[in-house]
Amino acid sequence: MNIDVRKVAMLARIRLTDEEAAELGPQLAQILGYIEQLSEIDTDDIPPTAHPHDVAMPLRPDIVTNGNRRDALQQPAPATEAGLYIVPKVIE
Amino acid sequence: MSWEVVIGLEVHVQINTKTKAFCGCSTTFGAEPNTQTCPVCLGMPGQLPVLNMEAVNKTVLTGLAIGARINLESRFDRKNYFYPDLPKGYQISQFAVPLVEHGHLDIPTQDGEKRIGITRIHMEEDAGKSLHEGLDGVSHIDLNRSGIPLMEIVSEPDMRSADEAVAYLKKLHQLVRFLDVSDADMEKGQFRCDANVSVRRPGEPFGTRTELKNLNSFRFIKQAIEYEAMRQIELIEDGGEVVQETRLYDSAKGETRSMRGKEEAHDYRYFPEPDLPPLRITQQQVDAIRDGMPELPAQMRARFEQEYGLSAYDADVLSQTRELAAWYEALVAAHPADPKRCANWLANELLGRLKELGCEISASPISPQQMAGLLDRIADGTISGKIAKDVLDEMIQSGKDADAIIEAKGLKQLNDADAIDALIRQVLDANPQQLEQYRAGKVKLFGFFVGQVMKASRGQANPAMVNARLKALLDD
Repeated sequence: MNIDVRKVAMLARIRLTDEEAAELGPQLAQILGYIEQLSEIDTDDIPPTAHPHDVAMPLRPDIVTNGNRRDALQQPAPATEAGLYIVPKVIE
Repeated sequence: MSWEVVIGLEVHVQINTKTKAFCGCSTTFGAEPNTQTCPVCLGMPGQLPVLNMEAVNKTVLTGLAIGARINLESRFDRKNYFYPDLPKGYQISQFAVPLVEHGHLDIPTQDGEKRIGITRIHMEEDAGKSLHEGLDGVSHIDLNRSGIPLMEIVSEPDMRSADEAVAYLKKLHQLVRFLDVSDADMEKGQFRCDANVSVRRPGEPFGTRTELKNLNSFRFIKQAIEYEAMRQIELIEDGGEVVQETRLYDSAKGETRSMRGKEEAHDYRYFPEPDLPPLRITQQQVDAIRDGMPELPAQMRARFEQEYGLSAYDADVLSQTRELAAWYEALVAAHPADPKRCANWLANELLGRLKELGCEISASPISPQQMAGLLDRIADGTISGKIAKDVLDEMIQSGKDADAIIEAKGLKQLNDADAIDALIRQVLDANPQQLEQYRAGKVKLFGFFVGQVMKASRGQANPAMVNARLKALLDD
């Protein structure tokens, strides 16, 4: 199995050195090859499993339970101004 | 040979629940930035989503209203991409099995009604808002919107003109408001549209499509689709080829432009959301939601025609929104003698005046009962329709009842035959020349005399009586 390590890294926003890319490529290929063994099993008559537990989703009534905790929640943010998070400029 | 435009639409509709899709944060619009957030919608590690029951019910209701299939088991998936207003790095959406599939909406076209297929409605969560304007080198992020429940309503590529696309959107907009599943205020971003546009020679396979983003008003949608179709046609006719890509509509320049660079990142790597087991609902729940279905616009229109004897046009105007329809029915309840008069005065007089004030019916300065009070005075002959229009102006301005205004201004209609006869004689005496011409055969002057008598009565004489008495006195 061939893996485009650079593309995977780009999608995950992970910066790789050439050495890391060279090392991780074969490792990822090996992992995927191992998982690939599953495709040998005939699953035609087995319904797809979306979740390992056979439970239905619990639902929540539409009632506001959270108040304004902005000050506490913004503590870990590197930069804020007037209640807004500040990030490097993003524009399309 | 002609070209055919092929359009499919993806509409994101904010569901008007009190709380977000997966947490108990408020969804109130316009709150101070980031005051309606919690660890779940901020994407803090270890937080678990719990789905809002009401958002499910409203999506099911919408599905039923478009005659769609409701999947009793549906699933949630993660759509992965990086953007600062998406704090988790993925959006919880429904990819493989949506809650609603295979519906339709009938739209009016020049050639009569046309059925537009709706492929699916899936539930997902909204992202936050990025603010760029007036900022140097940075963007600001407000996550109050992060996690608000959305329905993404995906149509089949069934529309063949920008006008059909707009007709579909207007129908859909009206429907979600009638169902009260969304406030659908486009200016607040509660009803947003992306359009997939391609062109082809009629009968040939679909051409390569482009996706238009940032279409936030009916007018811009029409302009953007028309511009993009023309761009594609000119490109092909000049020997070029349409590239499948996302294009942004620039309303200031009236053109679409490529959003290159975003394409390669379009690898969303969907996978089942491990934090949420499948969504299961029962047929009984679906049936209960169906039982609670409000009257839909088409049914209401038909009922207005039948029950109140309205013209198709008036019935359509008055069933545009639930608020307006409710106002009309409250007016009829208070003035039951003449539903058509109610329709005329609401549609032609009150709505026009409110429009000038930039005011919705829900914010009307006068109530249906006050309006009925005015119509009662027309019905019993106290005032003429012409005077009533002036009284309505005054009512809107002051908020006072019709009776109070009629009383204070002495506007009561003159219905006394002797008094009207006296006015007529006065007018005839004052215009001997016209009287001579009239008697010599210039019967057109009848209208002149009516006008003079009405003027002499300061508009208060009963016009029907003036006509009848004038005829009698002139011809005797």
